[in-house]
Parts: sequence; structure tokens; C-alpha cells
Amino acid sequence: MKRFLEGSRGVAEAIRLCKPGVISAYPITPQTHIVEDLAQFVADGELKTEFVNVESEHSAASVVLGALATGVRAFTATSSQGLLLMGEVIYNIAGMRLPLVLTCANRAVSAPISIWNDHQDSLAMRDTGWIQLYAENNQEALDFHIQAYKLAENKEIMLPVMVCMDGYILTHGYEPVDIPEQKKVDQFLPPYNTSYKLDPSHPITMGHLAEPSCYMETRVDIQNALNRALEMIPQIAKEFGTVFERNSGGLVESYRLEDAQYVLVAKGSLAGTIKEVVDNLRKKGKKVGMLRIITYRPLPVEAIYQALKNIPNVGIVEKAISLGAFGPLFTEIKAIFQNKKGNPKISGFVAGLGGRDITRETVERIFSKIEKRQMDLEFIDVKQERLNEFVRF
Amino acid sequence: MSLFDSKFSTACPGCGQEIAAKIVVDIAGKNTIISNATGCLEVFSSKYPDSAWKVPWVHSLFENSAAVASGVEAALKHLGKLKDIKVIAQAGDGGTADIGLQALSGMFERGQEILFCCYDNEAYENTGVQRSGLTPLNTNTTTTPPGKESVGNTRPKKPMLEICAAHKIPYVASASIGFIKDLKDKVKKALSIRGPKYLQIFVPCPLGWRHGPELTMKIAKLAVETGLYPLVEFENGKLTSAMKIPQPKPVEEYLKLQGRFKHLLKNKQELQRIEETAKANIESFGL
Ligand SMILES: Cc1ncc(C[n+]2csc(CCOP(=O)(O)OP(=O)(O)O)c2C)c(N)n1
Ligand SMILES: [Mg+2]
Repeated sequence: MKRFLEGSRGVAEAIRLCKPGVISAYPITPQTHIVEDLAQFVADGELKTEFVNVESEHSAASVVLGALATGVRAFTATSSQGLLLMGEVIYNIAGMRLPLVLTCANRAVSAPISIWNDHQDSLAMRDTGWIQLYAENNQEALDFHIQAYKLAENKEIMLPVMVCMDGYILTHGYEPVDIPEQKKVDQFLPPYNTSYKLDPSHPITMGHLAEPSCYMETRVDIQNALNRALEMIPQIAKEFGTVFERNSGGLVESYRLEDAQYVLVAKGSLAGTIKEVVDNLRKKGKKVGMLRIITYRPLPVEAIYQALKNIPNVGIVEKAISLGAFGPLFTEIKAIFQNKKGNPKISGFVAGLGGRDITRETVERIFSKIEKRQMDLEFIDVKQERLNEFVRF
Repeated sequence: MSLFDSKFSTACPGCGQEIAAKIVVDIAGKNTIISNATGCLEVFSSKYPDSAWKVPWVHSLFENSAAVASGVEAALKHLGKLKDIKVIAQAGDGGTADIGLQALSGMFERGQEILFCCYDNEAYENTGVQRSGLTPLNTNTTTTPPGKESVGNTRPKKPMLEICAAHKIPYVASASIGFIKDLKDKVKKALSIRGPKYLQIFVPCPLGWRHGPELTMKIAKLAVETGLYPLVEFENGKLTSAMKIPQPKPVEEYLKLQGRFKHLLKNKQELQRIEETAKANIESFGL
């Protein structure tokens, strides 16, 4: 059924359909609407779940950890400082192989405090062993949550999934979205069923102390599971397509790459803006295209290589920066082409930090930049006069 | 057979915490799930691939034992199993009164069906005997060493029992492994009451307190008999019982057995302050 909904509401509808037994969360803008909507579903008896109101994100993450350890499907959502406060538990959930699904309503990180969108918060959790998916629009945000549970709970994977959606742009934006029928979701997503749980009839110990003789293997095991996820994610997307009759998910999306000479790479809602610009420039005869990274962890190395290997000029546009180095995705994509045949000129652009608008005009400017020369790092739309006015120490 | 198999425990000889934890799990029985904070108990009982625990047991982090237990409890509620399965969260004094206090308070306030056990060895023992909020006044720890300008820990013990009782939860109590029957009774009583419960158990640490392992029980008795560690119960915020000590023993008897207090024995003025702590306890709890 198609409805005109706020992005947050779409996610809440998806979670209702996935029927987690425990939800725990702590308020932070712009995540709040998601959990408020879920609280209302519970209050109205539309969702049978234990909704645990906690005193911090650290505890929210710990509560869902405990619930999953007891064998019950769980959900939480957060943003920015909340995700950072969860950080310790985020590592723990992956290390303990608990298939949590978490929404990250992407927001910039303090200081200075900013409630607006960029990807620095989820980027800070990049190396934790979590799977990270980035939604372009509200339909995807909804769909990805349903796929995320199926992926996370797969016995070959058993890892948490973070569904990232741009704060405000998606969480507070209204779009028509199709809400699947419960029957179809039940068909696609079986109930969570595991013997890896705290159960007095089969007592197990979870969260051991690991000496140097065994810790390293736990990391390799996660790496192996993430490699399997690279195969599983397209399969799940395909199955989703069969059941729900729409394309959604996967590793990457190629947009008008066939004969493209100039290609921008991006994640999340920015891809929507880039697609519009690509269409416009194509009308003017420019051979431009876009590659969207849907799955950022595990990094779809082969899919990225195949998509870009014949493109002479590539620009990575990202809403995050590894301060003191480069844009993280830029670094990773450059690394993919090291020692490989086909070697595009790859440039890195950092844009939209703390919610600075990335307009169509901005994107056009970035396209014209990669026509000129290669650069490793350029900040887009930075105001020099602002930099000059900052206090010197 | 015990639900804590000491064969897989690497605790120090005379460890009070091991004795207490074993009593707690054995009284709780096999239909119990335990969430354990980081600390000595977790480290000495769960070395991969072994485990001393014969009940389902989970360790996640240092400060979140109460929150993890809250998730276990919520999951059991969802599954309709909370009537049959008990949930216990446990931690050391640091994991309870310092870094874990926020999560503990949240668990109390939510009214969750959990018994929280604090094994109080009065310092961060696992990391090498640093001071915690439950370290008593004038104690020698590695972060409160006595010296020319110092007689050890400058602050009195945090009043955790009162802090917990102020949450008006159904049951708050202190116990000591020096009084095993009282301890067992309190564990049983706590587990028979619905809602959140808090039990703080005095557990000597031979390594950290610098006493012989054979003195563990004696010290655990003397702490109570001197008035330094009152054994009390609060129900719904009100003090309802206190173990009487009609003839309190002199605090020196307790202090002189432990290296952590050795520097005090010739310091009249500071000894006096410890004496006053005992007196104040005796008065305020009517011991
Ligand atoms: C967030 C965090 N900070 C610090 C530590 C280091 N640490 C591990 S155990 C411990 C002390 C535990 O003290 P306590 O809770 O009193 O238990 P004990 O070992 O004394 O039984 C500390 C400081 C940690 N594991 N996690
Ligand atoms: Mg301690």
C-alpha cells in the first residue's frame, strides 16, 4: 500500500512488520521520530514488543544486546553523539555475533554541536565488524530494514546491521512509500530462531575472556562472515525483488556508466541529487555517470572495481573526513586500484559537513573539477572569510 | 553439585568474591541467567574455552551489567518466561557504585525484575588495587598511597545502600561472607521479592588488602563486628533490620590484619577517625 509518509514513519512501519520482541532507545535528534512512532504502535497494541525506556544510549545498546543474547529479535536507533556513546557496546555486539538492526539517522558530530546531516557518526563505527547500508530515499530506508534482519540473522553471517539514512533529509522528509503487507514480510523474514542464546535448559557462557591464543581468530571469523555477506546481500536483494516486486538493496548501483568519461561516487541521499545532474548533463552531451555505494561495510571491492575500471575520471564525494588524512572512501577506492589494470584518475571531495547544502549546482561544479585535474582532497564550498574570523589561540 | 565449578576458576586463594558468587548462584538455582560486569569475577571464571558457570552467563562490558540484565529480563518477559527464570546482574564495587551507577539507577527506576549483586572488595582489584567509590577512608590503594602529605584515601565510602534505598525499590541489603547464614537468607529473601533488588556483599581480597588467605573469613566477620560494615535491610526505602553488635570490637582488631591499613596503626588521630566512622554507623543504623 502506497502512503505519503515521513521517512522516520516509514522505518517505524518496517520495524513493526519485522516484529522485534525488544526495542530500546534514547532520544536524540534526528532519530526521535522513529522511536516515538514505535512507542505509539506499542501503546496502540499494534506491536507486541517490550519497549524499554533507558537512561542513556549506552544502556539502550546494552539492553538490545541482552535481549539478543536471550534469543529475541531487537531494534534500536540513534544518531551522532548517541552512536558515539554506544561505541563500546557497538564493538561488543559485533564481537558477540548478535544480529541487531540499528538505524543511524546520520548527523554530524560535536564539537561544535550540530544537529544536521553528514556521515561522520556512522563512519566512526566503520571498523567495528558491523554491516553498513546507506539508503538513498525513504523507500529504501524502509526496505533495507527488512532486508537487514534477514541478512543479520543468516546463520552464515550473524552480525549486526546499521541502516544509515541521512538525518532530516530522509528522516524528516515526506515521500510516497510502499508499505508491504505483513503476510509478505512474514514470508520473506522467518522468526528469529537460534540455539546461540542464554537458556537455562542449555546453559552457555557468552562473552569469554580471550587470551592471545584465541582472540585473533575471532576477528578473522568476522572478516570471513563479512566476505560471505558480499555474496549474501545481492541474493537477499534478489529475493526481496521476487517477493515485493521492486528492486531494492544490493552492493552498488551504477547509474549511466556505460560510456561514461566522468563519474562521481557517493552514498546516501546525495546520490539522488547527482542522478538529476547526470541526467541534465547527459542532455547536453556530457558523458557523465554515477556509482552509488549502497553497502559500505563489507566494502564491495570487486563490484567497485568492475564498475569503475574503464572510467578515466572518477571523483569521490563524501560527507566525512578522516581528519589529518583524506576522505575515507577516497582512500579505500584508490587502494582498490593499486596494482590493478585500468587506473582511473581518482579525486577526493569532502562536502556537506554539518549539513551544508550540496546543491545541483555544487555537483555540476564537482563534475567540471574532475575534467581538469586530479586532486586528493578538496573541501567543497568552504568560506574563507569564516576561517579567517575564527579565534586564534 | 555447585552451579559454579571451581575447577574452571582461576581465583586467588582466599578470594572472598568467589565464595560469595558461588553462594549466590547456588541459591538462585539452575533456572537463572546471570549478567556479569568486567572485573575479577568475570576474568577468573570465564577464560575461553572454559567456564565455571553452569547457568547461562553473559559478560558484555564494565558499566552495563544492569542494562544487559534489563535486556535479558525484557526478552524473557516477551517470551512469557519471566516467571520461571531469575535474572541476576553482578559486578564489583567499581562496576556498581562508580562506572555502573547510572545503568543501575536506570534498572531500579524501570522496576525491572532483577537481583543486582555487588561484590564489594572496596577497590578496583582487577586492574591492580586502585581506589573506587566504595574504598573506605584512609585506605592504602595504588592510587591513594599514603606518603608525607597523605594518609591514603581521603574520602569516606560512598553510601551505596542509602543511594539504592532512595530509589524506593522493594529490597536493599548488605551482607558479608563472614556471616554465611545471614547472606544465604538475604539472597533467598531477595529472590522471593518481585521487582528490582540490591544486595551488597562484603568480600575480602587477600591480594589487594594484603592479608593471608586464611584470614578472609575472620576479616569478613570483624568488619561487621566493629561496626565498619553494617549488615542491614531496607524495604521500599525504609530501614527494616540491622544485625546487632551489642559489644562492638575495637577497629584496630580489624585494621591490624590488613596491609592496606598498616600505615594507620601508629597514627592516633587517623585511627580516631575510623573509630568515629564505626560509631556513626552504630548510631545511625541502631546496631
Ligand atoms: C570502560 C572501562 N574502563 C575501565 C576498564 C578497566 N577495568 C576492568 S576491571 C576494572 C576494575 C574492576 O573493579 P571492580 O568493579 O571493583 O571489580 P573487582 O575487580 O574489584 O572485583 C577496571 C577499572 C574497563 N574494562 N572498561
Ligand atoms: Mg572491587
